[in-house]
Amino acid sequence: MKIGALTEIFAGENRVAMTPDSALQLVKLGHTACVQAGAGAKAGFSDALYAAAGVEVLPTAAAVVDAADVIVKVRGPEADELAAMRDGQTLISFFWPAQNAELLEAAAKKSLTIVAMDMVPRISRAQKMDALSSMANIAGYRAVIEAGNNFGRFFTGQVTAAGKVPPAKVLIVGAGVAGLAAIGTAVSLGAIVHAFDVRPEVAEQIESMGASFVFLEFEATQDGAATGGYAAPSSPEFREKQLAKFRELAPEMDIVITTALIPGRPAPKLWTEDMVRMMKPGSVIVDLAAERGGNCDLTVPDQKIVTDNGVTIVGYTDFPSRMAAQASTLYSTNIRHMLTDLTPKKDGVIAHNMEDDVIRGATAAHLGAVTYPPPPPKIAAIAAAKPKPKAVELTPVERRAQEVAAFKAQTRNQVALLAVGGGLMLLAGLYAPASFMAHFIVFVLAVFVGFQVIWNVSHSLHTPLMAVTNAISSIIILGALMQIGSGSWLVVILAAASVFMAGINIFGGFMVTRRMLAMFQKS
Amino acid sequence: MDYGFTTAAYVVAAVLFILSLGGLSGQESAKRAVWYGIAGMALAVAATLYGPGAGNWLISVVMIAIGGAIGWVVAQRVQMTEMPQLVAAMHSLVGLAAVFIGFNTHLELVRVLAMDEAARAALDGFAAVVAHKTGVEVTILRVETFLGIFIGAVTFTGSVIAYGKLAGKVDGKAKKLPGGHVLNAGAAILSVVMLGVYLQSGSSLALIAMTLAALFIGYHLIMGIGGADMPVVVSMLNSYSGWAAAAIGFSLSNDLLIVVGALVGSSGAILSYIMCKAMNRSFISVILGGFGGTTGPAMEIAGEQIAIDTEGVAAALNDADSVIIIPGYGMAVAQAQQSVSELTRKLRARGKTVRFAIHPVAGRLPGHMNVLLAEAKVPYDIVLEMDEINEDFPSTDVAIVIGSNDIVNPAAQEDPNSPIAGMPVLECWKAKQVFVSKRGQGTGYSGIENPLFYKENTRMFYGDAKKSLDALLPLID
Repeated sequence: MKIGALTEIFAGENRVAMTPDSALQLVKLGHTACVQAGAGAKAGFSDALYAAAGVEVLPTAAAVVDAADVIVKVRGPEADELAAMRDGQTLISFFWPAQNAELLEAAAKKSLTIVAMDMVPRISRAQKMDALSSMANIAGYRAVIEAGNNFGRFFTGQVTAAGKVPPAKVLIVGAGVAGLAAIGTAVSLGAIVHAFDVRPEVAEQIESMGASFVFLEFEATQDGAATGGYAAPSSPEFREKQLAKFRELAPEMDIVITTALIPGRPAPKLWTEDMVRMMKPGSVIVDLAAERGGNCDLTVPDQKIVTDNGVTIVGYTDFPSRMAAQASTLYSTNIRHMLTDLTPKKDGVIAHNMEDDVIRGATAAHLGAVTYPPPPPKIAAIAAAKPKPKAVELTPVERRAQEVAAFKAQTRNQVALLAVGGGLMLLAGLYAPASFMAHFIVFVLAVFVGFQVIWNVSHSLHTPLMAVTNAISSIIILGALMQIGSGSWLVVILAAASVFMAGINIFGGFMVTRRMLAMFQKS
Repeated sequence: MDYGFTTAAYVVAAVLFILSLGGLSGQESAKRAVWYGIAGMALAVAATLYGPGAGNWLISVVMIAIGGAIGWVVAQRVQMTEMPQLVAAMHSLVGLAAVFIGFNTHLELVRVLAMDEAARAALDGFAAVVAHKTGVEVTILRVETFLGIFIGAVTFTGSVIAYGKLAGKVDGKAKKLPGGHVLNAGAAILSVVMLGVYLQSGSSLALIAMTLAALFIGYHLIMGIGGADMPVVVSMLNSYSGWAAAAIGFSLSNDLLIVVGALVGSSGAILSYIMCKAMNRSFISVILGGFGGTTGPAMEIAGEQIAIDTEGVAAALNDADSVIIIPGYGMAVAQAQQSVSELTRKLRARGKTVRFAIHPVAGRLPGHMNVLLAEAKVPYDIVLEMDEINEDFPSTDVAIVIGSNDIVNPAAQEDPNSPIAGMPVLECWKAKQVFVSKRGQGTGYSGIENPLFYKENTRMFYGDAKKSLDALLPLID
């Protein structure tokens, strides 16, 4: 079939839905391609380049509509563009069917087949045709570049001979594709980047890009998996918490890039007027949600404004278009992948398989009927986040009960031990003479003292402890000294030998301990 | 020659000894604590010389002087890496002294019992104390003496063998004579029988027979314990030497001996307990020697050991922000502590966080690594215990294992069939990168394969630890 690309008529739109490269790929699918003259000019693709790639260059839009079976575009069709199309034709472009119900009705009436690139479901298989992501990636990158363009300082901190430059502090609100791209760009430029998202599970992604996650203490955080990886509207309480956090951050931030969008709704207002007032003069806000009303109260779509306190607010809606060559390359590749799925046999015949999750999801109108909204896809976009095992929080009462129980058990053990020990003692006392018992008491008490004292010895001092106890154990010299005055020569010799050995021990043990301890020093 | 004075001096000495041990709770107070110990010892010796029962001052003083001089010189010369064998050697002296004193008591007893009433009355000193004992007291005295000799003899041969193993003069592998524990049990039973005979007859032969049996037990028991268990053995022998002193104290009716013996005995016992806990093994299984039998085949280890050269290690260290060094016995063997210290100094000078993770049983003596690092002037506040640092490994860039093996073996956690299963280990494999400085591919002291060496983030840095580190140092910039 013949695929035709039209020139975008929307003011300021520089992108094109087909590039010479993508056209070559389309030919491999068995299709032929045609393009309206000048369609790629603003993106840097001249008619000559198309012609060289074997694309038929037609002079007018009408000629393209006449010649082609499938029309590819970037922006959604204007009413008269739609009216100009032939009945039964297929249109592949952004469409936003939720916002353009009337256009959709009109298209169905003409029994056009509308494949909305913005409706491609977010499943792994469809990533190659996920134009929203590829455009968001560009927008995120460009947002940082625009911010830098309007920001009067370095991103990275520097210490130069001419003084110290503090690093720029950047806050990214919303860590979707655009947000993550912005984080990556800002981090690689050397800024200190913080990022916030209502979905706690993206914290890991944020941190993996090198930003720090702005953590919000809140109970019922939402699980993004239920909404296909997109953010869902949040509760008023959550919103309040979130705004309070932003108010805390606002005075510190040099650059704020907001990317918060909820599918099919106006952009949530997250950066209020008072936050803008709190920011330092020279700060920059880039509102990537400007097209849907903006995340910032003061955003004016398509314009760059400077507030009274010197904060620049960039409300451009055409970030991808500002990088038309890159955006066109990526978008045309997305379109080409969509056509690959629509041409399963690569024979140039389009088989519109409404059983296919991706095709069904993206098709907004088909065979004269409006097919929007699509049924939920058969495969969940993201595996549901596993509920985190929570450590069982004990109530104070339970904890108290546990303590009491532990205390009781301990008491029981101790009492039992004391009873047994005491019994044995009494038994010994019955038979042993008093002179022995006197020493025995001393012995038991000393063992107790030893136990109590040694537990406190720090780990690193175990070797000195061994050396010092070794030295002290040569107290046995006392025994030898007491015996050395004996009348028996054998006793005297043995005692003298013992005194000698203990002497080695006393001096050796204490000396070595002192040597060791003298070495320990603090940094 | 006043009893009261001696007793008072003993009380003061006992307090000083307790303070001396208690002061070891911190590095700074420990320096003071040693002086307490020295003062206590000086006081005790002086009071005994001055007090009742002492004679032959000249010999006593001369002997202390000669022994002290030898001890002084040895203590000055010994290298810090030789600390374990020195401590073991000194334990053997205490054990032997206990045996001698025990025999002395026996000889005095025999002599006194052979005298008639008139001669007994003329005795003084220790003999007089013995002479005044009643029948029951004499029996108790014999039990005490017997115990003192027994424990002393076990301590003596045990310490000699431990010294030999630590000094490398005796093969470090666990070895048993044919018959194993039956021999030990036999010797122990023989000793008990001899006790009965001795109590009945007071025969010297019974005492000598028991001594020989005890000497054998000490020898055979420690021979059967492998080198990796040496920290437990040394502290256990330390404990024994204390109990021997306490038993002698009983037989001599000397309270200070009893007190100090009990202090030392309990301290050694606690240390042994701490060491055993650190290896997740019961005291009994350590004493009975070798690792317990495994319940199944050890887990297969997949992967291979990948070597790395000095440049690679240097590059990784230059890039790292946080480094944890895990020293082991291999560092002591290679005398690499100075090089490790130099490496630490260089890395710290570059603003990197460098810390040491010390496993409780690293080395051959409790606290062995701390002493070596202190010798090399590594500040003690960056030397951390296992529990303090184990959680920090995941956020660490580089972990360097220097000559340790079992204490970083992940099999302890991952393989329930491993002989060391359940032993707490340093989780160094959780660091982003692990370098293992090791002489060759062989297994460690315990002969267990270490899956750490096969992990993806592990690189083997083969070679003598000291030489490897010295080659590494100039490359750190």
